[in-house]
Amino acid sequence: MSELKKTPLNEVHRALGAKMVDFGGWDMPVQYPTGIITEHQAVRSKVGLFDVSHMGEIWVKGPQAMAFLDWLTPNAVTKLADGQIHYTAFLTEQGTFVDDLLLHKVHDNTFLLVVNASNIDKDFAWVKAHAARWDVTVTNESDHTGQVALQGPASLDVLQPLVDIDLSQIKYYWFATATFKGLPVMIARTGYTGEDGFEVYAPTEETVGVWNALMESGKAHGLIPTGLGCRNTLRLEAKMALYGHEIDDTTNALEADLGWIVKLQKGDFIGREALAKIKEQGFSRKLVGFRMLEKRDIARDHMDVVLDGKKVGYVTSGAPSTTCGFNLGCAYVPVSHAPVGSRIFIDIRGKACEAEVIPTPFYKRAK
Amino acid sequence: MYPADVKYTKNHEYLKPLGDGTALIGITHYAQEALGDVVFVDMPEVGATFATGEEFGTVESVKTVSEIFIPTACEVIEVNGELEGHPEFVNEDPYGKGWMLKVKVAGDLNPELLDAKAYEALVSAESH
Repeated sequence: MSELKKTPLNEVHRALGAKMVDFGGWDMPVQYPTGIITEHQAVRSKVGLFDVSHMGEIWVKGPQAMAFLDWLTPNAVTKLADGQIHYTAFLTEQGTFVDDLLLHKVHDNTFLLVVNASNIDKDFAWVKAHAARWDVTVTNESDHTGQVALQGPASLDVLQPLVDIDLSQIKYYWFATATFKGLPVMIARTGYTGEDGFEVYAPTEETVGVWNALMESGKAHGLIPTGLGCRNTLRLEAKMALYGHEIDDTTNALEADLGWIVKLQKGDFIGREALAKIKEQGFSRKLVGFRMLEKRDIARDHMDVVLDGKKVGYVTSGAPSTTCGFNLGCAYVPVSHAPVGSRIFIDIRGKACEAEVIPTPFYKRAK
Repeated sequence: MYPADVKYTKNHEYLKPLGDGTALIGITHYAQEALGDVVFVDMPEVGATFATGEEFGTVESVKTVSEIFIPTACEVIEVNGELEGHPEFVNEDPYGKGWMLKVKVAGDLNPELLDAKAYEALVSAESH
């Protein structure tokens, strides 16, 4: 077995008593001694701090950077202002997912792509291979970049005293450069929890300092370190896709309920032809959110969706929801059963358990 | 964390003999820690009988679900109804308030059950 990769905060997690797990080849904290439920609630009601240094950072620079990325990804890169971010994807010619990502526009000729940890090598190879005929340079800065995510309603109060910019001026899905206790960092108002929050990018060797300063500043606001366990339940309540679950190279962007990142009218991009055809002809299955009707039934990832005793789909993610108070999940179901209010059945250890398709996101923060 | 008056299975259930032919069954400290926050325990009915190693229920945590297996042949004489309202007892006090079944042991105790020392050696090997 190959050695697990470690983030710059590995020792910090261990000192905090985190339970560490192998997460896509990375040695990551799944939870701290507080436990997943407490961590989940801290992010919803106060503030939590995640180590997301395992995420990948790929820079695309050059005179054709914008045109290249507009062709490489389905969302409209040309619509972004300097300092703006959008959610997008790398798609195959079939319209299925290589990965999903956040695309940050610095200028017309400089972009930062933040990709999933387990896909860094694949993504970098993908971008590089397609960049060949464009006037751009592509670099993988993942090993030199640390990242922490401060998430929850008190995020701004925790971070503001440490930086030299007015954080209230950064809108949701925008970013800025700042000086963080004398250190140049990038701060993005993004996250993966459904809460307000900031993602702070710093050089690898400075990441422990950033973490410690945030922990200290957060003391008065109830900040606790939060792990991958609650990250999963939080993102699921907010119905944010997870690669390898809701999306992968067998699911296309339209059936994944991500049609909003597919801008068919913008001109050519990888996957456009296939998706245009799928849109015209329709698709047979769709990703929906559901709640289990019985309190004790908990659907889990990869369980079958059954109708009349036959497998017709599968659960992509399922868990008890702390905030909603019921057990929920996402699943691919036939389009006939996709409308809100439809009844479906999940095969939970041999028993067909009833669930109802409900509107998503399951949780939406009050603005 | 691994009381000496308790017997253990390799699957991380425990059996605590009460000295009158009955015993309490639950999951170990190691198991509750690995599962994380427990949210539901699915248990059998009173009167159900099991052979050694049979599945008797499931433990659902926020993170995952885990089957639980009977440590020794027995008949269920009581289930811990408190767990329905307080599944977190399994995390807080696995050998006390977090017990799951009270059973009447059938025949000899399963000879493969581990004592505390052997079980501790097993889990320390697993966690490395």
